[in-house]
Amino acid sequence: MLELKHINKYYNPGSVNELCLFQEFNLTIEDGQFVAIVGSNGSGKTSLLNIVCGSIDVDDGKILVNGTDITGKKDYVRHRRIGRVYQNPSKGTCPSMTILENMSIADNKGKPYGLAKGVKKSRIAYYRELLAQLNLGLEDKLHTQVGSLSGGQRQAVSLLMATMTSIDFLILDEHTAALDPKTAEIIMRLTDNIVQEKKVTTIMVTHNLRYAVEYGNRLIMMHEGKAIIDKAGAEKEKMDTEEIMKIFNQISVECGN
Amino acid sequence: MILLLSVFEQGLIYAVMALGVYITYKILDFPDLTVDGSFPMGAAITAVLISRDLNPLITLPISFLAGALIGMLTGIIHVKLKVRDLLSGIIMMTALYTVNLRIVGKANLPIYNKPNIFDNELVNGIFPEALSAFSTVILIFIITMITKYLLDWYLHTKSGYMLRAVGDNETIVTSLGIDKGFVKIVGLSIANGLVSLSGCLFAQQQRYYDASFGTGTVVIGLASVIIGTSLFQKVTVLRVTSSVVIGSILYKACVALAIRMGLQSSDLKLVTAILFLLILVAGMDRKRKVKTDARA
Repeated sequence: MLELKHINKYYNPGSVNELCLFQEFNLTIEDGQFVAIVGSNGSGKTSLLNIVCGSIDVDDGKILVNGTDITGKKDYVRHRRIGRVYQNPSKGTCPSMTILENMSIADNKGKPYGLAKGVKKSRIAYYRELLAQLNLGLEDKLHTQVGSLSGGQRQAVSLLMATMTSIDFLILDEHTAALDPKTAEIIMRLTDNIVQEKKVTTIMVTHNLRYAVEYGNRLIMMHEGKAIIDKAGAEKEKMDTEEIMKIFNQISVECGN
Repeated sequence: MILLLSVFEQGLIYAVMALGVYITYKILDFPDLTVDGSFPMGAAITAVLISRDLNPLITLPISFLAGALIGMLTGIIHVKLKVRDLLSGIIMMTALYTVNLRIVGKANLPIYNKPNIFDNELVNGIFPEALSAFSTVILIFIITMITKYLLDWYLHTKSGYMLRAVGDNETIVTSLGIDKGFVKIVGLSIANGLVSLSGCLFAQQQRYYDASFGTGTVVIGLASVIIGTSLFQKVTVLRVTSSVVIGSILYKACVALAIRMGLQSSDLKLVTAILFLLILVAGMDRKRKVKTDARA
């Protein structure tokens, strides 16, 4: 369970450009929830993910994971229990290393990176099996550099790498935004399969309202640092894209977008 | 013949340094100028130890460790104190100039009549009289190859994978739960350890230490790395580390040729610089670097 309690975050405090992003922001995400977060630019979606992952510090408030306070922990320490896929497909993989090497480093997450051999031969069959599930033919390209793969292929590998070890959360940061519509659809379906199969708690930020409605079991719409819509379970099932689009347009008009 | 021998001797010695530069420049994408100080430091420590009649073999690990310590300091200045990469190296390079003078106590120290790793009773016993001219180059070859294979091995361990990953994509290293700063410090340590080891070999081959040994080391290292990696880009059989070693020998050969064609030995640094410029202009590397630097 993830709890954000009384989060306050200001940008440029004390200057004329002071911007209050979150004021007394609270959010609780139960285990096994698949939360889709939507909202216009600057509404605080990505900042929210960054606060959870420790990429930015909060000015005030607490972040609890299963009851343990992680507010002061460094980003790399938090990431040991978090899988993250980024908008930019090249951020989730190492371009100059092969698919096999990439899978191997992801497989070792949470364990020490010492002087043992980088690739465990006994695990190769398992990596092949995982890659075969993608239906992209990557299982036969183990020795290809990831840098020469397409954006969609890389994002698929990133997804596998992020979910390979046991994690508390999967964080998806607009992970289909840089892909063409068809590839985005494939990656989204793949994401859903992985989330269902691993039953991992997932937070997905997306600009695609349809994905937010179709996938996941909770929907949050952010606006000016507040969750203006927050529906879970049966309530969420009842929502449709048009309804959300209407609310989305309303707030956009207010902002003058 | 003597010229060829000296090209191979020095090329192979500088190759050890170039392997260090390869780690920082190519793998970590960190232009490390510390090299100009850690190379003569290895030489300085070696000259002092040998002049005090210590077993010359022991100078190798000591030089490596001292260089690793210096690399660690550069890393700490960059990672913990958040000084830019180029400036961290310049600070260490400048500081090391004084440190090296302090280690030796004067600007140069000859060790001609002391035994060293290339010239001692054991070596002279193993190599027959007829081969004695080649004993140095053979020993250097063995040491350089051992270093190369150890580095190859390291780069294929889990820790080595992290080193390669951090230069490639820092974000993924954080995502894997690893402190990217620590990985950089480890990389700089290994790199400067190798550079200092190279300085140690150089002092024993030259049989003296001079404070000016370090000037331009980084340029020689970069030139070797760029020659090696761009000439042998297409040759997949060859490990990159082997290309760097060959690059270093080729570079020494170019310099030797230039000197042979009538230039004075005092022109050496100018030749070094101009050759480096030519290599940069000819290689594709320049464009990529300029671009990434401009973005940062």
